[in-house]
Amino acid sequence: MIENDSWKLTVRADALRLRARMIRAIRRFFLDRNFLEIETPLRIPAPAPESHIDAVAAGAWFLHTSPELCMKRLLAAGYSRIFQICKCFRAGERGDRHLPEFTMLEWYRGGADYRTLMDDCEALINTVAREIGLGGVVSWQGRRIGLNAPWERISVRDAFTRYATISAAEALRTDRFDEVLACEVEPHLGMEIPVFLYDYPVEQGALARVTEQDPGIAERFELYIAGLELANAFSELIDAGEQRRRFEEASRNRQRKGSPVYPMPERFLQALPRMSPSAGIALGVDRLVMLLADKSRIDDVVAFTPESL
Amino acid sequence: MYTASDLRKGLRIKIENDPYILTEFNFVKPGKGQALYRCKLKNMVNGNQFERTFRSVDVFEAADLQEKRMQYLYKEEGKYCFMDNESYEQIFLSEDQVGEAKNFLLDNIEAEILLFEDRPLGISLPNFIDVIVTKADPWAKGDSVSGNTKPVTVQTGYQLQVPPFIEEGEKIRIDTRSGEYLTRVKG
Repeated sequence: MIENDSWKLTVRADALRLRARMIRAIRRFFLDRNFLEIETPLRIPAPAPESHIDAVAAGAWFLHTSPELCMKRLLAAGYSRIFQICKCFRAGERGDRHLPEFTMLEWYRGGADYRTLMDDCEALINTVAREIGLGGVVSWQGRRIGLNAPWERISVRDAFTRYATISAAEALRTDRFDEVLACEVEPHLGMEIPVFLYDYPVEQGALARVTEQDPGIAERFELYIAGLELANAFSELIDAGEQRRRFEEASRNRQRKGSPVYPMPERFLQALPRMSPSAGIALGVDRLVMLLADKSRIDDVVAFTPESL
Repeated sequence: MYTASDLRKGLRIKIENDPYILTEFNFVKPGKGQALYRCKLKNMVNGNQFERTFRSVDVFEAADLQEKRMQYLYKEEGKYCFMDNESYEQIFLSEDQVGEAKNFLLDNIEAEILLFEDRPLGISLPNFIDVIVTKADPWAKGDSVSGNTKPVTVQTGYQLQVPPFIEEGEKIRIDTRSGEYLTRVKG
């Protein structure tokens, strides 16, 4: 029996209105800063090979899991400030904070590194919060988090030392990095002010450039507010040979797990040598709405979930 | 066989020869990391609970659970004997396995027995049963106040509170899930 659940749409009205205002504010933020809004195809022949991200097949091609490959080809062609708000698709991801079809904001800056993107995050989220009538504080599930910049910055290594029962190196060695991060570290992140968790082991940053000091560390950060993972950023890897090796490594991992292996994104790899040093970031729009609308479940900030269709 | 993507609340899986039910389920996935499935599981034999985190490569055996319609025959030395109406096979359930249902086991009543690989785990009865009141204090009309109840005993030995006008020898309907009186049954 199909239940009549039109009441669910009615009770979401406030969240959906807030969502629309936030998306308008995001768009204005980037347009005001001379970013060009871009649309790239959702359906592509070759998604970026990543060990743990599965694409949804669409005919012989795939729905993109992120617009990053096309966005970076634009970067390589000289578009130095671009952004996109679009749907992304990831097979099998469904939980209180995951939808298999979700809305992503990505932006890219030529001539910048990941530190500039941290500044962008502080400015963007403060602007959006102000635009919807929040002051410098956001309340989420009973917690109050101050938004005034600068936000906390903590390296992955230090965060494991502070919050986890084992070090990041030990967690990597025993193949428990993701588990310890998710279960022991993340719940502490961004509980008073937002936190940038930065400098990941290179295995955890497939498209990120390594730091000058340590080739084992990738210039990647994740933004957390109230334990919610909101955004992932890189100083972009622009060494095509190194990028190909990492894609091949990810493809081997996928093969080992019995996951589908995707074709190499050759056109992207061809374009990479022309890309100047750049930085790019992907921010989950649904999660940002969850945060500012004080909702614990992603279901409450979208009109429809797959289950309600 | 189930894979991790089949996991959901209420799913029943087999781990080391025991059936477990997922009482809580959470999908977590850090950034670009692997998918994790944080679950709370309850052992359906002994009720023990524990938490475990599974990964997307994990596979699970389905718990071979089935419900069989059986007839209650008799109780002997603390064991309750039921018979499969089709095969005439008889099985015995312990006091623990029968649980609260022991209060409503009328002779020959039909029950659904939950079996795990032919081991009985529990029993579910029809939601409503009609029973005869075998012991009740007489209704003293004068002292009845609306809302008052009195205790009675029914033919299974079960005691419950009923309205004061119920007399010995009458038939009443009980909700077996709550154990509460519902109504008087005529005839």
